Amino acid sequence: MDMNEIKEIFFQECEEQLAELESGLLKMNDGDRDPETVNAVFRAVHSIKGGAGAFGLDDLVAFAHVFETTLDCVRSNKLEPNQDVLKVMLKSADVLADLTNAARDGGSVDESRSRGLVKELEALANGELPSPSASSEAPAPKAAAKAAPAAPAPTPKPTDDSGFQPVPFSFDDFGGEGDAGGMPAYEVIFKPRYELYSKGNDATLLLRDLSRLGEMTIYCNTDELPGLEELDPEGAYFFWNVTIKTDKGEDAIRTVFEFAEWDCELTVKPVEEARADATSNDELPMVPVPFDLSILDETGATEEVSASDARAEETAAAVAAAETASNVTQMAAAAARVEKKESAAAAAAAASAAAQNNAAGAGQTIRVDLDRVDRLINLVGELVINQAMLSQSVIENDTTGTSSINMGLEELQQLTREIQDSVMAIRAQPVKPVFQRMSRIVREIADMTGKSIRLITEGENTEVDKTVIDKLAEPLTHMIRNAVDHGIETPEKRAAAGKNTEGTVRLTAKHRSGRILIELADDGAGINREKVRQKAIDNDLIPADANLSDEEIDNLIFLPGFSTADKISDISGRGVGMDVVKRSIQALGGRINITSKPGHGSVFTMSLPLTLAVLDGMVVTVAGQTLVVPLTAIVETLQPEAAAIHSFGANHRLISIRNSFCPLVDVGRILNFRATQANPVEGVALLVESEGGGQRALMVDAIQGQRQVVIKSLEANYTHVPGIAAATILGDGRVALILDVDAVVGASRGQSLKAEMSLAAVG
Amino acid sequence: MKKKVLTVDDSRTIRNMLLVTLNNAGFETIQAEDGIEGLEVLEESNPDVIVTDINMPRLDGFGFIEGVRRNEKYRAIPILVLTTESDAEKKNRARQAGATGWIVKPFDPAKLIDAIERVTA
Repeated sequence: MDMNEIKEIFFQECEEQLAELESGLLKMNDGDRDPETVNAVFRAVHSIKGGAGAFGLDDLVAFAHVFETTLDCVRSNKLEPNQDVLKVMLKSADVLADLTNAARDGGSVDESRSRGLVKELEALANGELPSPSASSEAPAPKAAAKAAPAAPAPTPKPTDDSGFQPVPFSFDDFGGEGDAGGMPAYEVIFKPRYELYSKGNDATLLLRDLSRLGEMTIYCNTDELPGLEELDPEGAYFFWNVTIKTDKGEDAIRTVFEFAEWDCELTVKPVEEARADATSNDELPMVPVPFDLSILDETGATEEVSASDARAEETAAAVAAAETASNVTQMAAAAARVEKKESAAAAAAAASAAAQNNAAGAGQTIRVDLDRVDRLINLVGELVINQAMLSQSVIENDTTGTSSINMGLEELQQLTREIQDSVMAIRAQPVKPVFQRMSRIVREIADMTGKSIRLITEGENTEVDKTVIDKLAEPLTHMIRNAVDHGIETPEKRAAAGKNTEGTVRLTAKHRSGRILIELADDGAGINREKVRQKAIDNDLIPADANLSDEEIDNLIFLPGFSTADKISDISGRGVGMDVVKRSIQALGGRINITSKPGHGSVFTMSLPLTLAVLDGMVVTVAGQTLVVPLTAIVETLQPEAAAIHSFGANHRLISIRNSFCPLVDVGRILNFRATQANPVEGVALLVESEGGGQRALMVDAIQGQRQVVIKSLEANYTHVPGIAAATILGDGRVALILDVDAVVGASRGQSLKAEMSLAAVG
Repeated sequence: MKKKVLTVDDSRTIRNMLLVTLNNAGFETIQAEDGIEGLEVLEESNPDVIVTDINMPRLDGFGFIEGVRRNEKYRAIPILVLTTESDAEKKNRARQAGATGWIVKPFDPAKLIDAIERVTA
């Protein structure tokens, strides 16, 4: 793994953290004051900042830092997260997302916006927090980030495994003038306290680090070592006198003891001073002992053996028993391991129990490359086809129908179906990320239009195939824009109508009979039917005297080239209308509907398949070929009677259905399966709805049945064929083409499909 | 023998950076995503040194360090705190909980390795 891959992971993680951040802030906006929510929000920003720092993304770090500082005030209850505060924070979350995107894809962010928010955040942090820490830190985040602890010992790292290189000692130098080699000398007195060892620090290692600074002489003082009977095996009794010659300075020496400075007594003095002190202390019966660090090298363990001449025997006993203070800790730990194994085990059990309690809420997940899942889904598709083929050949060959093969086959079928469902469930994801993106869009448009809007989302954990989710964002964004821009009235108008000045947009997802239903409801003015009707007449979409029901008028907004906005606004008037939304929903195999109540708002209902990997289709025969027509496109099927067929021009025919005329399209002719049109009376008509809501009757020879088919891409396996959306493999092993209803209907309008269409006669 | 490092951090980015840095420097690396998992992994992995983040869900770095120090078997293990907090208060709390030393994020690989070598034999 290299840095670029890690960076990629970082951006993935940012997306998750941003989602976490936003949902946390929204919860807080709804009055959630759970400290864990605030903590999660804080952690999200904190994580982004941490990663961004590692990649030198200074803009992101700077903004995240200010944001984090303000969040910290909330976390420590110095700042009350009221609606105003949260408004700023939600906007900051948006800017943070922008900065992340800019860092990933290049591009720029609205700097004035982010600068403005930095000021607002700082004001929030300062308003309630008069202490200078936040205020002085906030404007200079880079400086703060750089205020790392002093550099560690700058000596080159040793290369041998023990991490130690012996240092030459010269006894002659001890007590010398301190000018040998022209380097200043320092006397260091290092006296560890008990706490030093209990925090995992080790006097040996500190002295070893010190030795890297220069030539040094070291003496261990054992005067405070008590007799064995009073000895606390974990006590700290030794201290060390070190004389070191180094040009690195006193600060470098202190830096060595950086981690230990609270847990030891440390004196560092230039040697002249020290010598003056030493002279006055001459009477003290301190007998320095040379202490050779190089023994470490031999043993490879952290052992220090030292003894004072005066108390050699006693000390030797003590040392033999206890070796060094740090080693003692380990030994004691080893002893305790035996004694306290039970309590340790109990503690571990308690910890894991606690973990399980927590994990119950979090749920265990693994990350899998999407390609692998896709491959699995493909293979299961093959399995389904294979199983169907096997069933068919067994049925054809087994005339008795009672054999155990049939039983086994049924079980296999059951299992295959379950495997397929389970595999599809792997790729299923909650719609939450898409819904969360919508809340930002609502905020932004509300800001731009000066409207006050509340977005309520429900069922955001409803799962649907990832391929559907990916394609859902765009139409949904457009619809939300429309709802906020055109649906919800201005606060003044709402007040005048006696409504709450704050508009509500409700986004709901739920499962309904094997499909996902997404509803977008606003409590705005609803569809102005008179205006819509007039507009449709003006744009020649309907005749002036058309007699339309309310529902039909509402659905006019899905017609291409329709827009009711008086003026083209920045927000939704970008040249795409609801017809584009409808088309993209239909491309997903879905349907969209609107119901509206004047004065009370509109509800858009989208029904989508849970997956794009399988499709409910009607299997039909056309000129000897088997085709599959997506069930979602079919409104009804009917058996045409001779009396209902009317000729129209040379090649066109119409069918009358309940007093209205509908163009009749011979699928076999359009796909060049046959040269002349078939007799409609001998076939079946499928009434389909295509883009723009236009209805056509598709003529096929016969209906074989209805079944779920596994979609196989034609583009990936063959090449694009006009009029055909994809292919599938049927139980008899033959390839069946899935009809692209929109393309066929389009072709019937005059743009005939190309000659290569005849290639469609596969299988 | 390779030294074994246990890292505890909730950020996937940082976990990966630690993994790459430590593996490149010849350490064996074991990773956990939060304090609770850290304590679980500790038992099986028996590391030579621990590097932990402070801000984590479920059990934060302070709680994790205290947990390690309460364990007789591991109370002398060196623990380095890896955190973006450079202010004295956080450092002090980590120290009181029993941290051996600290590394400030964004960490410089050389400094991380150096700090680990400073606290391990």
